[in-house]
Amino acid sequence: MSWFRRRSSAPLWQDEFSVYTADERYVTRRQFTKFLTLTSFAMFAGNLWILVRSWLRKPGAHSRQTVAAAGEIPVGGVKLFSYPTPEDPCILVRTGDDSYVAYSQKCTHLSCAVYYSKEQNHLECPCHQGFFSVADGSVLQGPPQRPLPRIALEHSGGQLIALGVEEEGA
Amino acid sequence: MNIDPRQTRGLTAIDGAMVLIVVLLMVQIWLLSATLESYLAGHREAALPGAIISGVLFAACLGLYLFVDRVDSEVRRG
Repeated sequence: MSWFRRRSSAPLWQDEFSVYTADERYVTRRQFTKFLTLTSFAMFAGNLWILVRSWLRKPGAHSRQTVAAAGEIPVGGVKLFSYPTPEDPCILVRTGDDSYVAYSQKCTHLSCAVYYSKEQNHLECPCHQGFFSVADGSVLQGPPQRPLPRIALEHSGGQLIALGVEEEGA
Repeated sequence: MNIDPRQTRGLTAIDGAMVLIVVLLMVQIWLLSATLESYLAGHREAALPGAIISGVLFAACLGLYLFVDRVDSEVRRG
């Protein structure tokens, strides 16, 4: 018994557009099954794409970039900057006299810009009320599943310098 | 009206195969979203098993499609 269909002696148009109701039920089911199988292939292709991306992706080698001068912003104040590219907005928060943290400003849910709430002492996404910890960028509440990527900072010569992006699991 | 029992059996078999394909497809959709979420979180180790399992599920769907195609061919042409 073959896996494949037998070739019809009738022309293709007659086979696919039968005048018999009983045949029509078969044709529509077969075509719908073909559509589902193609959708299944699309899902497989998506997984393959993720696999290829994960193989090609190299650990980030980011350039050093001066973000701000130490003392430029007050305690509890923020400064927005872009790192590592101009399309990557980031937020720098001064959490103490000599402590600074910086995170990507894109919410890990749907990429809305997060802002710092000084009263609540957390980073907040206004789109869907996602809250992130200022201490480590972890999710406190809301729909985001992943923490904010943290920007590694170095305090050198009175300057705050961004060294790279620390992503979870990287 | 006489209904050919072979036709009815064929339709039942095809309907069963379609339900199985739908279930497999739902698993595949969940798998893709979970793998993507994991990849975006920086966990690359989930990508390979995700792709392998998705490939197996696709192969199962393809097998079921070939089955539906063959049943259609056999029942309609006798």
